[in-house]
Amino acid sequence: MLRFIFRRTLQMIPTLLAVVLIIFVIFSVIPGSFISSLMAEGRNAMNADVVAHLNSEFGLDKPLLVRLGDYLWGLAHFDLGISYRTREPVWNVIEPRLWPSIKLALTAMGFAVVVGVPLGFLAALKPGSLFDTGTMMMAVSGLSLPEFWLGLLLMYVFALQLGWLPSFGYHPGSIKHIVLPAIALGVSPMALLARTTRAGVLDVMNADFVRTARAKGLTEPRLVFAHVTRNVLVLVLTTLGLQFGSLMGQAIVIEALFSWPGIGSLLVDSVSTRDIPVVQGTVIVIVLWFLVINMLVDVAYAAIDPRIKVA
Amino acid sequence: MSRICPDPVLSIRNLRIGVGKHNAILHNVSFDILPGETYGLVGESGSGKSITGLSVMGLLKRPLQVTSGEVMFQGQDVLKLGNRARRRLRGDRMSMIFQEPMTALNPLVTVGRQIAEMLVVHRGMSWPQARRKAVEGLENVRVPSPEERARSYPHQLSGGMRQRVMIAIALACRPDLLIADEPTTALDVTVQAGVLELIAELCKAEGTAVLLVSHDLGVIANMCRRVGVMDRGRLVEEQDAKALFENPLHPYTRGLLAARPRLGSRTLAGRGRLTELDQVVASEDRGRDAPTLTTPREACPEVTA
Repeated sequence: MLRFIFRRTLQMIPTLLAVVLIIFVIFSVIPGSFISSLMAEGRNAMNADVVAHLNSEFGLDKPLLVRLGDYLWGLAHFDLGISYRTREPVWNVIEPRLWPSIKLALTAMGFAVVVGVPLGFLAALKPGSLFDTGTMMMAVSGLSLPEFWLGLLLMYVFALQLGWLPSFGYHPGSIKHIVLPAIALGVSPMALLARTTRAGVLDVMNADFVRTARAKGLTEPRLVFAHVTRNVLVLVLTTLGLQFGSLMGQAIVIEALFSWPGIGSLLVDSVSTRDIPVVQGTVIVIVLWFLVINMLVDVAYAAIDPRIKVA
Repeated sequence: MSRICPDPVLSIRNLRIGVGKHNAILHNVSFDILPGETYGLVGESGSGKSITGLSVMGLLKRPLQVTSGEVMFQGQDVLKLGNRARRRLRGDRMSMIFQEPMTALNPLVTVGRQIAEMLVVHRGMSWPQARRKAVEGLENVRVPSPEERARSYPHQLSGGMRQRVMIAIALACRPDLLIADEPTTALDVTVQAGVLELIAELCKAEGTAVLLVSHDLGVIANMCRRVGVMDRGRLVEEQDAKALFENPLHPYTRGLLAARPRLGSRTLAGRGRLTELDQVVASEDRGRDAPTLTTPREACPEVTA
């Protein structure tokens, strides 16, 4: 097991390298730089000497390949560089944003699992019923709703009209503040989970071993609990892992909308000011999150299914 | 017949199964199985052997359903029983072995637990107690090192071993009727004989009646005293196994017997197989508008005599 985790950790390195390379290329191609964004904010042109000074301070006058080499060298020492905007090490900028983001992702995913999986299960046990049709219609709607629109709708109804919950912001210990962003973020994975669970249950219910279980004279609850649930879990886990992993990325819009001080809103701010080291650092964190979650999913597979071995 | 013999364990009367209410795919099938007897049901695939077995267990899947007839099990019509009563019979008084040992066991549960489950559900045993019984069960079906095997998962066992596990599950509660649906079809030829012997031996010891469903006339000939031949949802002939082979009465049975591959005449057998069955097909006109066949009792008065 430990060897598996070690090997998977090593396998992350090429993925990270590819990501760093892509970001470098993109930011060298798109117009504008940190300096030009400063000038636009000040509504006036800057002294050419100042520009040259800043360029050399940030190493922006060096060729792209040299900058890439410097960055990778730093990365090898766990150094993400210095933020252009705050002049702080990038890690110090990201670190306080990490926990709010993880908290939001966990809450959203918790909501998705607790609501989506049972819904899919119940729908599958009575296929074609009113409940089934209703749930699946909701699931399709949940998947198709744009998150920002859903977020705005939730804000309007629950914060502005009903006044039950705060419309935005973050307080470390506050449960109230997390409810709306977590639901806005969790609805689409919830819908997807409901659908995959339903498909998984229907699939497993048709399996030969379920027929065997019926031939054994098991009661329906026992049959579902002992022979269907775990087999469905293997199928649901894949969706769950992928959704959980990509949640950090999806949170960008929601965090910006609800002024949630997480990784996503940091990314948006940094892109608009061309604070490239922070953008790179944030993207690396999001990619790492995705890879780690997927590794955990693989470990969980092995725990559930004896046919899968990790070594 | 019933004058001299004990009451049958299973007595199927005019059983009809349809896709939905109307389109019948099993027509007026009737036969009896006596206690301790092994009754063979042969026929091509699609002739209705398997659904006959499944309907006895109450495992028909929608849209298949019994439209009329009786399935008398130990004197009561199981078709009239409620779901609960029927479920209690399943696995306990009647059980079933399926064709595919590869997929018929839950891949995520140890085989010991899958056997033990029977005893927990039907005998109210505790899990540790049932587990010990499960090891005994594995020993009975001659699985080597049963202690260790009980902790194995299905994927760690060979096909033959898995089928032995299925037999152990089916016989865990010492049922009165075992329905074996093509129990050896998916197995290697080398292990087929062993599994069949095991079924015959264990059922004989317990006095369990067996409904053996197979398309393999060799298997049927070895295992059964009485054989029913099915064709397109009808029981077309019912005979003693010996008589059936020596003197098949129904043209379809003759075709079926002729279709057996024979040792030593490979090319001939291959050709014979096709032409002879084709002749039956041609002579009977197996199309939709074929005249309905008579029931076996009418067609073959000798059977009931």
